[in-house]
Amino acid sequence: MQKKSPQTTPRYSATFDEYTLSEIRRAASTGIYDIRGGGAKRKLPHFDDLLFLGASMSRYPLEGYRERCDANVVLGSRHASKPLHLDIPITIAGMSFGSLSGQAKEALGRGANAAGTSTTTGDGGMTPEEREHSAMLVYQYLPSRYGMNPDDLRKADAIEIVVGQGAKPGGGGMLMGQKISDRVAAMRTLPKGIDQRSACRHPDWTGPDDLEIKILELREITNWEKPIYIKVGGARPYYDTALAIKAGADVIVVDGMQGGTAATQDVFIEHVGQPTLACIRPAVQALQDMDMHRKIQLIVSGGIRNGADVAKAIALGADAVSIGTAALVALGDNHPQYEDEYQQLGTTAGAYDDWHEGQDPAGITTQDPKLAARLDPELAGRRLANYLKVMTLEAQTIARACGKSHVHNLEPDDLVALTVEASAMAQVPLSGTSWIPGQ
Amino acid sequence: MCGIVGLYLKNEQLRPKLGSLFQPMLSEMKSRGPDSAGVAIYRDPVNGSQTKYSLAHDNVKFDWQKLGTTLASDCQCNASINQIDTHAILIADAQEPHVRTWLKQHHKGVRLVGSGSSVEIFKEVGLPDDVYSRFELEAASGTHMIGHTRMATESAVTTAGSHPFATGADLCLVHNGSLSNHNRLREQLEKAGLEFQTENDTEVAAAYMTHKIREGATLREALEQALIDLDGFYTFCVGTETGFAVLRDPIACKHAVLAETDDWVAMATEYRAIATLPGSDAANIWEPKPQTIYAWGELT
Amino acid sequence: MTTLDLQKIGLRKVNKTLQSTTTTAGEKFTVVNPMGGHAIACGLQSDIEVTIDGHAGFYCGGMNKNACITVHGHAGVGLAENMMSGTVRVTGNASQAAGATAHGGLLIIEGDASSRCGISMKGVDIVVGGSVGHMSGFMAQAGNLVICGDAGDALGDSIYEANIYVAGAVETLGSDCEEKPMDSSHVDALTELLNRAGIKVDVQKFKRYGSARTLYNFHPDNAGNY
Repeated sequence: MQKKSPQTTPRYSATFDEYTLSEIRRAASTGIYDIRGGGAKRKLPHFDDLLFLGASMSRYPLEGYRERCDANVVLGSRHASKPLHLDIPITIAGMSFGSLSGQAKEALGRGANAAGTSTTTGDGGMTPEEREHSAMLVYQYLPSRYGMNPDDLRKADAIEIVVGQGAKPGGGGMLMGQKISDRVAAMRTLPKGIDQRSACRHPDWTGPDDLEIKILELREITNWEKPIYIKVGGARPYYDTALAIKAGADVIVVDGMQGGTAATQDVFIEHVGQPTLACIRPAVQALQDMDMHRKIQLIVSGGIRNGADVAKAIALGADAVSIGTAALVALGDNHPQYEDEYQQLGTTAGAYDDWHEGQDPAGITTQDPKLAARLDPELAGRRLANYLKVMTLEAQTIARACGKSHVHNLEPDDLVALTVEASAMAQVPLSGTSWIPGQ
Repeated sequence: MCGIVGLYLKNEQLRPKLGSLFQPMLSEMKSRGPDSAGVAIYRDPVNGSQTKYSLAHDNVKFDWQKLGTTLASDCQCNASINQIDTHAILIADAQEPHVRTWLKQHHKGVRLVGSGSSVEIFKEVGLPDDVYSRFELEAASGTHMIGHTRMATESAVTTAGSHPFATGADLCLVHNGSLSNHNRLREQLEKAGLEFQTENDTEVAAAYMTHKIREGATLREALEQALIDLDGFYTFCVGTETGFAVLRDPIACKHAVLAETDDWVAMATEYRAIATLPGSDAANIWEPKPQTIYAWGELT
Repeated sequence: MTTLDLQKIGLRKVNKTLQSTTTTAGEKFTVVNPMGGHAIACGLQSDIEVTIDGHAGFYCGGMNKNACITVHGHAGVGLAENMMSGTVRVTGNASQAAGATAHGGLLIIEGDASSRCGISMKGVDIVVGGSVGHMSGFMAQAGNLVICGDAGDALGDSIYEANIYVAGAVETLGSDCEEKPMDSSHVDALTELLNRAGIKVDVQKFKRYGSARTLYNFHPDNAGNY
């Protein structure tokens, strides 16, 4: 009998890796693109590739507690008579009632309140519960205009005009039939149980020159009181920021590709839009070129996870950051306690992203009353408040170590990069050198 | 993203007032276009052997008179030159290709902004009211005018990036919108011999028209082919020797309005620009349909 | 009757006066010299009567609640956009996106409407005495769009549950929009709408269009429609 000859170790192709093979099989089986929630999952240059320098012979740190390091921020002082005063430089990003359960929206409101910051409505309109629980509520103005009405506009504390979002710059909202419950259907004026198709452009304006006129209308309807935000995905951050300024924005929100969505095509999430880290300096440059830095505020979102990310975004020139995915995780999204159920859904805790199916074991991205009841809004709200507090303390710790009495005094010069990509994107030197690619 | 306006005077008696009628139209569009402004005015036609050139130089102290006399002696022609702020109008009876070559060889800092028998193009960075007064247009007379206020989208705010862009003798283009395939088109047009000074999408549209017309297309045919070859959102207003033409893309998101009385025809991105004209209240007002060429004067 | 001169007192003063919640029901206002200005009479809340003497710019009557607004002239983009209730009438033509995303009330356009009339409408009733441009009734979710003249390309593209009635010719129908039968309830509804609009056209001339409902749930065979 022939001895079996030695074989090489089985090897996956880097190009046709396990995930790619499964996706090809799924496509061949269903004939439709893969829809999921969340932001870009692949590895990208991000804040972890940057480091702070800290204190040294020439820079002296601040003592914790005694020597103040403030973290408050005012948003929308340019035109609005009632800008937003936040205690912390972290806001809760727009997520719709419909994509999230009512309990989840309430929890977000409670947590944001306790931390002294704002929440944002999403592509479905404002619920009374959200308005009641959020002391500061930003009302999104989207292409779909689901539930849009002047009374809610007047009840809002700020208005966020959505031009795009990081997960899908150029894509509209999407909500599958499983989540179009009676209440969601009524709010959105849709038949129950259908798959919501959404427009990708606003119905009554296209372009920053016409947006300027739309902003005039919104200000006229709200007596020029509310700050107007313009949110863009990570497409052309320099020009997008410049045009948002010219259109009349008080605040600009730039959302990178790690920014989450409730549901869209996976191919959109992973292959359209730039990483958050790549968007910040160009946006700040546009503000500086137009002498509007710190006069028009910049909020950065897309993969903000901890106080280091907050501090780095601010050091690069942002005024504040916004969290979506991280806020949901703080509430209890993808928690290992539901591992059995995740396995039944064909996934595992930490990887679950089929939020559009509405079967979330954590009760957050679902409209199923039984599942939604699993989330205690008070407890979850406390968890969010804790998490926001930790992020703020972390950012303050870092800022103190860099000798700053306010987190806004963090600068690019406080940072270095670990990789050439991060160095080029953030325009800070490669650690140990004075080299910035392209300069 | 911008504001565009056009005014064509049917009533000859209004010609001395062209500049003053046009000024508030352009001014109304300043919120849509705070970056730069430009106009093409059609006036004082030269005789058959002469050509009028609109020239510009960044240095307002540039010696235009010397350019005129040197050109006259080098090219053995008659040349007169008149400076207005950063621009100058040159009238010469040499062959146009000779003048163009001579300018390129001897004066690289001079921009050739337009040419023809009656068109004069003025454009600069700044607000429309400032640009208008710098070029003394308030008191200007002429037959027709098109203008533009710019909000730069994906290219820099420079004089060279301002509209109108010349596309041929007495032909020029202003644009509201944003093209999406101009970068590839620019490469193809460069291969065909056209030169570009900016990254501006409108410059590509203008060069496209120039190229088609040089290849033998009429202006109408060039516009019809533009509908096929240009991608993106656009409302174009094309100034011609005898009038102007208007064209909107098939999706037609960028607003445009036309108005006509016995005395004039006007186009604008917003009606409030037209509201400033006498008789606008009773004018026939309508919106141009997508993919349709509207023209006054001859379209050849 | 109060006259407000837009050029003299400016937009904020005009709108602040009209947006007041302490006006008397039926109180009358006239805005003169509109000169194509934008956002005139937007965000109104009380059941007052407003006349605009001349041409209005963009978003005239935007987000209207309860008020009765008449434009004696033409209106620009987004007339009565997102209206909630009340009535907006224009004696001339309306530019594109007339009645966009509106939830209720009645919008009457005596002349023609441009493209995207009734785009994303969510319950408003729109009656157009003339014709409408392309992409009218795009993603129309609820309400009635009545067109006494012709309709341009892609009528009712991606329509949900709104009803479209057309008396003239339809250039082309959009994705998932098809002709529907007219029964007595539709005839009654249409008659009432035309009466309320004060526009006289023989009800028998109209055809009804609505959703074929094939795009309501994603199916690979419909991929070509997306």
